[in-house]
Amino acid sequence: MAKSIDVSDLNIYYGDFLAVEGVTMTIPSRSVTALIGPSGCGKSTFLRSLNRMHEVIPGARVEGKIVIDGQDLYGSEVDPVEVRRQIGMVFQRPNPFPTMSIYDNVLAGSRLNSKRLPKDRADEIVERSLTSANLWVEVKDRLNKPGQGLSGGQQQRLCIARAIAVEPQVLLMDEPCSALDPISTSAIEDLIHELKSDYTIVIVTHNMQQAARVSEDTAFFNLAGAGKPGNLVEMNPTRKIFSNPEEKATEAYISGRFG
Amino acid sequence: MTGPLKSTPRATEATPMPRTTSAQTRFPQAPRPERGAGTGRHLSFGQPHLPWWAGWLVAAVSAAAAALLSLTLGWNIAGGAVVAVVLFAIALPTWSVLVESSRAAKDRLVTTLVWAAFAIALVPLVSLMYTVLANGLGVINGQFLTYSMRNVIGQGGGIYHAIIGTVLITLAATLISVPVGLLSAIYLVEYGVRNRTARTITFLVDVMTGIPSIVAGLFAYALFALFFGQGVRMGFGGAVALSLLMIPIVVRSCEEMLKLVPGDLREASYALGVPKWRTIVKVVLPTALPGIITGVTLAIARVIGETAPLLVIAGSTDSVNTNLFAERMMTLPVFIYYSFTQPGVPAQFGQDRAWGAALVLIVIVMALNLVARAIGRTFSPKTAR
Repeated sequence: MAKSIDVSDLNIYYGDFLAVEGVTMTIPSRSVTALIGPSGCGKSTFLRSLNRMHEVIPGARVEGKIVIDGQDLYGSEVDPVEVRRQIGMVFQRPNPFPTMSIYDNVLAGSRLNSKRLPKDRADEIVERSLTSANLWVEVKDRLNKPGQGLSGGQQQRLCIARAIAVEPQVLLMDEPCSALDPISTSAIEDLIHELKSDYTIVIVTHNMQQAARVSEDTAFFNLAGAGKPGNLVEMNPTRKIFSNPEEKATEAYISGRFG
Repeated sequence: MTGPLKSTPRATEATPMPRTTSAQTRFPQAPRPERGAGTGRHLSFGQPHLPWWAGWLVAAVSAAAAALLSLTLGWNIAGGAVVAVVLFAIALPTWSVLVESSRAAKDRLVTTLVWAAFAIALVPLVSLMYTVLANGLGVINGQFLTYSMRNVIGQGGGIYHAIIGTVLITLAATLISVPVGLLSAIYLVEYGVRNRTARTITFLVDVMTGIPSIVAGLFAYALFALFFGQGVRMGFGGAVALSLLMIPIVVRSCEEMLKLVPGDLREASYALGVPKWRTIVKVVLPTALPGIITGVTLAIARVIGETAPLLVIAGSTDSVNTNLFAERMMTLPVFIYYSFTQPGVPAQFGQDRAWGAALVLIVIVMALNLVARAIGRTFSPKTAR
């Protein structure tokens, strides 16, 4: 069910400002692709353009092609809402819905779309999603408690459970561990390892070790200077990027000698 | 003239040299003398304090002085209180600056001023509540709440017709204002971010906030006179006039509440493939609901005591009228106004009824507030750990 993503000549704009320029890459299916690079280089912007979340911001637009399963995401007949149903997203800060219980948060994808689910089917989805998010054991006795009562790491895993409950093809993660402690981070990395057998995962991270630990491929983004657009410098298998990168800039960034 | 002005900032931008040199020279020098002074001298964190009873003592002395002064000069109690507060505000900081430090003195002075302002704000409230309770409580009984003024001269009668009128007209005004106001706020926050239409609407809403209530009443009268001819009186007209006053308040408070809903939640919902309208209905509105309810209640409380527009369009009557769309309708504020200005002979019964009606009006507003709080608490997001 996982699909690969082909991006070609992608330019991303905020109004007149060109934020990311000329990205061409292929994101393989059933594997983890990490996006690394300095702040402001357009990693998150690029990630958000992959499920058309980018255009939620007024004035934001995209040029170029993103093809999944033979369809251009930015084709004129494509419904962005349908795209987001197929391509799930986990954000930097955990954001469970405050008005909902843990149970309802997991089912939010169908509850908010007013889909009627039989009780046993709903229970099954909740248990399966929470189990794959490594959260079931911790919350199974308090499913009706509010989702915001959980710890930060648990909330983030709840958000992952919520994203995979709608069974997307692709899972995008925007720095999912940057607000979490090392133990929660390790739990989420384990989770990413398990999920990659079913999903295509793209993860933005500032943590080089994390990129090295979880990903098969790594893409390094950089920007030429302040006010200039970000661009893709190099994309290669993670092992190669971290041992023998093709570009000097990549090596400088990874070894901490940036600039 | 513009030439040199323009060139100066450019010159500093182009040559960052002076910046770096000054930073380099200043940085190593600045901390040094402090470090030397810190190691050489004994550190002392304590400082002398006034005893805990200092405030009470100064208060007692100033009160006594003020009482003596007002007795000898024949002032009333208000003048004495002002003198006492002024004496206290001078004496305590002066004592403090002598014994403690100037910072502690400022702290005591500002604390005194803040407490004085708080007391001044409370005086009218307490006085109003006391007067209304003292005058109105004795009037209220079963008959007062369940009888109208039909065929009543002198003693007896009640405000049933005015309560019914106020409740119906305010309810109708709420039913008009809340959808209009809430939907406008949703447009302003969710759809019209920073565009020209939204800014125009915001400006017009601000203008609407300033409409004098009598103008709203005259507008409703003119509007209904177009359809029903001159001299029209109906409760629904009053509701329209009140909603004119209510809509800007509802828009403003709902706008603020919707803005408080974090953008994260909207994005989380979009990312699950939820369309925008469902996101607004199922995520944004429930999250903002307690605030919206509070805002609507405050708007109701604001208009329920309006007299002028209802005087113009809803009119005044002695009988119960439950039909919003025909004939005059009595309301509590108008009842109070007429009972006080035209109490009849003897005047005492009419004025008593006015006090009773005022008390009932206050109680209704207070009950509304309590109900809104209860509803807000029931629906508010639960964060219990």
